Amino acid sequence: MDWTAIILSVRLAAIVGLCLLAIGLPIAYWIAFSRWRWKFLVEALVALPLVLPPTVLGFYVLVGIGSRSPLGRAWTAWTGHGLAFTFEALVLASILYSLPFAVQPMAAAFAQVDPSLIEASSILGASRVRTFFRVILPLAFNGVVAGAVLSFAHTIGEFGVVLMVGGNLPGITRTVSIAIYDDVQALDYQAATATALLLLVFSFVVLSCVYALTRRPWSVPPTP
Amino acid sequence: MMLTAALSKRLAGAFSLDVDLSVAAGITMVVGASGAGKTTLLRCLAGLLRPDSGRVAIGGRTLFDAAEGVDVPVQHRRIGYVFQHLALFPHLTVEANLHYGLAHLDARARGMRTGAVAESFRIAHLLGRKPRDISGGERQRAALARSLVTDPTLLLLDEPLSALDYATQSHIIADLRNWNEARGIPILYVTHAHREVFALGERVVVLEAGRILTEGTPAEVLDAPVHEPLAQSAGFENLFDAQVLATNTESGTMQVQPAGDGPSLEIPWSGAAAGATVRVAIRAGDIILATECPRAISARNVVPGTVRSVGREGPATRVGVDAGHVFTVHVTPQACTSLGLAAGRPVWLVIKTHSCHVVRPMPAP
Repeated sequence: MDWTAIILSVRLAAIVGLCLLAIGLPIAYWIAFSRWRWKFLVEALVALPLVLPPTVLGFYVLVGIGSRSPLGRAWTAWTGHGLAFTFEALVLASILYSLPFAVQPMAAAFAQVDPSLIEASSILGASRVRTFFRVILPLAFNGVVAGAVLSFAHTIGEFGVVLMVGGNLPGITRTVSIAIYDDVQALDYQAATATALLLLVFSFVVLSCVYALTRRPWSVPPTP
Repeated sequence: MMLTAALSKRLAGAFSLDVDLSVAAGITMVVGASGAGKTTLLRCLAGLLRPDSGRVAIGGRTLFDAAEGVDVPVQHRRIGYVFQHLALFPHLTVEANLHYGLAHLDARARGMRTGAVAESFRIAHLLGRKPRDISGGERQRAALARSLVTDPTLLLLDEPLSALDYATQSHIIADLRNWNEARGIPILYVTHAHREVFALGERVVVLEAGRILTEGTPAEVLDAPVHEPLAQSAGFENLFDAQVLATNTESGTMQVQPAGDGPSLEIPWSGAAAGATVRVAIRAGDIILATECPRAISARNVVPGTVRSVGREGPATRVGVDAGHVFTVHVTPQACTSLGLAAGRPVWLVIKTHSCHVVRPMPAP
């Protein structure tokens, strides 16, 4: 098995999972509670990576971070090297690619919180921030964890976007799914089998966790 | 302290709320059928809904004034609100629920306030438990304590006790009244339940289709209902149309013939002319049953009839008596047994003139 690729994938997925926790929470909050009439446009935008071919998303990211784009130029001026085909580019692309996997469970969990609990919190003098951290987040906690775990798992298995944006540089951008592809190309079925099995078991365990977490978390018995 | 509110609010659809009321310290029951606008009124007062126009003030402190552009945010209004389903935080213990509104105090002050209110509402032994681990009545007490521990200037109760039996409700209200003795804040208690419940308040405001229909003491409002919906919710089980046969303006009475072929009744004159049709309301508990024809009695209506049905209804026994029109009569179970009331038994209905009320159908909004 290609341990370098496995470690790289886990590192990438962990960073992406944490970033999406930070980015996903406010987006999910906004989607769950905003009453803006054009909200559906934002929801559609966030969900785009679910249906877009990874190559299309990867292509746009590649163009967006290229040496001729403002972002690419700013990055080069700051770090001295280009952004394309680096680990950082993989992180950026993976965040975009896994965004719906983080935001959708979080937004669904927020929307499930009984609105009268949120109103009760404001009536008791709590600000929106306090209401979020003391009422909404604890009650939607499992959904939030599910979002982070799903985006982690989705990033582990990513292939197309990585290939477009990161290429195949061992130790830098060569993730586990690309390692499997290489093994098969090199007719090394033994290595491919082991790595594939590892991913299969891992994915099953992760999804089991997600489904266990997103069972209806709090059941308050109705008042008699 | 006094709540004054004059406000109007149009909701999606045809419904609009348009009220002008002053609420003094003490418990005021807000009564009305579902859809009458009770919850909308409370939400406007609490700041959860923004009225289209008007003004809300408590003891000289303006909370909302459309003309002046004042709209104090919910979290700064210092209002207690108990939701219909209580909205206790399910992930917090009763104690943490009570502490929730006291974030601005230090731990010692919080503990003292919580201890005092928990004592008043008899939940001190439940502080360590989660809401799902205590009974329905205890949850109501916890929710009440949570809104009162913040020392609100107004308490709004949105039918929180309607699911409880009458005895439990009246105990909780008694504790609430004791608690409020020293504080003297206005308490608005929304309910659609029956007349016993209205009597728990010092005042009653009747809401119908977004307007205030009538207000007054429970006795004033309930014993002389002027509108049919109110008569229904005030527990007038007998509501029927009758034709005016003759009027006697001198004695202030009139003779009416209920629909059907029963005997006529003498009821207070409502201003109707002979030949007109009026709607008559009689409370089931105001009719007396006799198994022999009573003579030398002051009641003007003694009507023979036959028992059609006998059934239990809460603490009373409900007897259906056919006297041309079928009357519903409430008697105690003991009376029912000692009179040997059963279907087919001939009886006499004794109805005082002033137990009969002429009600108007609902005025068009």
